[in-house]
Amino acid sequence: MDLLVLILQGVIVAATPLLFAAIGEAVVERAGVLNLGVEGMMILGAVAGFAVTLDTGSFFWGILAAAFVGAIAASLFGFLTQVLMSNQVATGLALTIFGLGVAALLGQGYSGQSTGALARIEIPLLSSIPFVGPLLFAHDPLVYLSIALVIGVSWFLNKTRGGLILRAVGDNHDAAHAIGYSVVGVRMMALMFGGACAGVGGAYLSTVQTPLWVEGMTAGRGWIALAIVVFAAWRPSRVLLGAYLFGGVTVIQLHIQGFGVDIDAQYLSMLPYLVTIVVLVLISNDKARANLNAPACLTKPFFASS
Amino acid sequence: MKKIFKTALALMPILALALPISVASAAEKTKVGFVYVGPIGDHGWSHEHNIGRLAVEKAFGDKVETTYVENVSEGPDAERVIQQLARGGHDIIFTTSFGFMNPTLKVAKLFPKVKFEHATGFKRAKNVSTYSARFYEGRHVIGLIAGKMTKTNTVGYIASFPIPEVVRGINAAYLAAKSVNPKVKFKVIWVSTWFDPGKEADAANALIDQGADVIMQHTDSPAAMQIAEEKGIFAFGQASDMIKFGPTAQLTSIIDDWAPYYVARVKAVMDGTWKSQDTWDGIGPGMVGIAKFSDRIPADVRAMAGKARDDIAAGKLFPFTGPINKQDGSVWLKAGEKASDGDLAGMGFYVEGVEGSLPK
Repeated sequence: MDLLVLILQGVIVAATPLLFAAIGEAVVERAGVLNLGVEGMMILGAVAGFAVTLDTGSFFWGILAAAFVGAIAASLFGFLTQVLMSNQVATGLALTIFGLGVAALLGQGYSGQSTGALARIEIPLLSSIPFVGPLLFAHDPLVYLSIALVIGVSWFLNKTRGGLILRAVGDNHDAAHAIGYSVVGVRMMALMFGGACAGVGGAYLSTVQTPLWVEGMTAGRGWIALAIVVFAAWRPSRVLLGAYLFGGVTVIQLHIQGFGVDIDAQYLSMLPYLVTIVVLVLISNDKARANLNAPACLTKPFFASS
Repeated sequence: MKKIFKTALALMPILALALPISVASAAEKTKVGFVYVGPIGDHGWSHEHNIGRLAVEKAFGDKVETTYVENVSEGPDAERVIQQLARGGHDIIFTTSFGFMNPTLKVAKLFPKVKFEHATGFKRAKNVSTYSARFYEGRHVIGLIAGKMTKTNTVGYIASFPIPEVVRGINAAYLAAKSVNPKVKFKVIWVSTWFDPGKEADAANALIDQGADVIMQHTDSPAAMQIAEEKGIFAFGQASDMIKFGPTAQLTSIIDDWAPYYVARVKAVMDGTWKSQDTWDGIGPGMVGIAKFSDRIPADVRAMAGKARDDIAAGKLFPFTGPINKQDGSVWLKAGEKASDGDLAGMGFYVEGVEGSLPK
C-alpha cells in the first residue's frame, strides 16, 4: 500500500510539467494559433526558474520568473506571427531551437548547482487520512496550482464571456473581427498565457522533479504536451487525463522493470505512447463530436483587411 | 521528434590571432572534428569528450582547428553531420557514440583521405579506427563498494540501452558486489535514452521506492545523483566526477579521460603515422579514472576498493575471471579462465544471479 502511494506520487510529479505546458497550449490553440515552440518556452522557463530560485533563494520568485520568461518568448512568437504574419509552424519550430540555444547560453553558469526541491505542503488533518491523504493532500504547491489551472481554464472557456470571445476568435476570426473584437489582441493574450504555463512547466522540471539545471533537460516534453492537446480534443478536462495517463504509464513502466517483470524494456518504453494512442482511439470514435472541438481557424493567418 | 533538438553546426570561433603570418600557415592547420550525442553541458559523457577536445587545442595551439557538433541524434542525422564535417576539410573526425558506428563507416567510404575515429564501436575500415575504455574495470571497483555499502542489499541500476557496453557494466558491477556480499540484489531499469534528466530522476525515485539504497547509472545526466543526495542515499557518478551534485551521496565516480588519446591521435595525423587500429584502454593507461573515495566509506572498504583499482591497473586482477555462469546457469568461464576481449566486446547476456531478462 505504501509503495502504491509512492508510485502514484511519482506519477503526479512526472505528469505535472506536461499538464502545465499542455493546458497553456490548449488555450492558445482554442484561440486559433498553433505555437510549436512549447519545448523552447519550457526550457527557457526551466533555466529562468532554476537560476532565479538559486539566486534569490525563493521558489516563488523562481516560478514567477519562469512564467515571465515563457510569456516573453511567446509574445515574441506572437509579434512575428500575428503582426508580421510569419508562418506559425516555421516560427514555432524556430522558437524551439532558439529557446534551447538561449537556455543553454543563459544556464552556463548555473549547471552543477542545486536548489534543493520545493517543499511539500501537507494539508493538516486531511493529509493524515491513510492512503488518500498522502495521495491527494501532500504535494508541492505547484501540483495544486496545476489542478486549479485546469479547473480555472475549463470554467473560463465554457462559462465566461471572455472564454466565449476567445473561442470565437479561434473558430471564426473574421466574424469576431466584424463584431469588433481585437483578434490579434485576444491571440496575444492567449499566447502569453500559454507561454507562462509552459515556462512554469519547465521550471517544475528544473526545481522540483530533478532539481538541477542541465542543457536540453526538457528532452522532448514540449512535444508530448503538444500531442496531449490534440489527444484532449482541446478540452481542459481531457488535458488533465492525457497528462496523467502519459506521466502515469511512464512511471509505472519503470516500476514494472524494477519488480523484474519479464517483459522486454523496449515494449515498456513504448507503453506510454501506445496507451495514449489506444485511449485516443477509444474516446474519439464519435468523429462528428471530435471535430466539433477543433478550432476552425487553427494556424490560419488573420488579415484585418479581409 | 528529437530531430528538432539537433543544433546547427557550432563552429568554434577562430581566435582573433589572425596576424598576417598565421594566415599564411592557416592552410597547414590540422582540422579536427568532433560529433557528440548529447550537449557538452551534460556533465557526463559528451562533457568529457569535449574536455578531450579542449586538451587537443591546448596541446597544439594554433596548429589545430577543432570543430564540434553537439546534440546529434543517432541515425540518419548523424550521417549528414559527419559528411558535412568531412566535406568541410577536416583531417580527422571523432564520432563519440555507439550509434554513430554505421553512419561513420558509410561516410568514411566516401572520403577515403579523411581519418575517422569511432568511440565504443567494433567495425573498422582502412580509415576508421575504434577506441573505447574498459569502463568495466571501474564498474568492478564501484561494485565492490556498492556490495559493502548497501544495507537493504538492493542496488539500483539505471541503464540506457541493451548494448554490450552497458550489459558488461551491469555484469561487472554485479559480480564484484556479489563477491563481497552474497545477499546483494541488483534491480535494473532501462530508460531507453542516454540523456533525459526527468526520466532518469523518475527511474532513480522508482528504484529508491522499491528499496534500493545505492544507485548506479549508465546514463549521461547527473539527475540520479541529485535525487540520491535529496533522499539521503548513496550513488556513483558516471563519466564525470559528479561530486557537485551529490556532495554527500557520491561514493566515487568512474571518470572517462579521453584527453591523452585524442592528443596522441591528432599528433599521429600531423606526423603522418596515423593507422587504423583498435584501442581499448582501462585504468592502467589512465583512460578510466576513479574519483576520490568518499569519507563515508569505511576505511577497510576504501582500502579494499583502492587495492582492486591498483591491482587492475597493474594487470594483476581481471574483473571477468571464472568460474562465471551465464544467467541460465550454463557455464561461461571455467575456474581461472579469463574472458577474451572478443567475448567482452559482444557481451549480450546477464551473468548468473542478475534478475530480470535482458531486452533483446
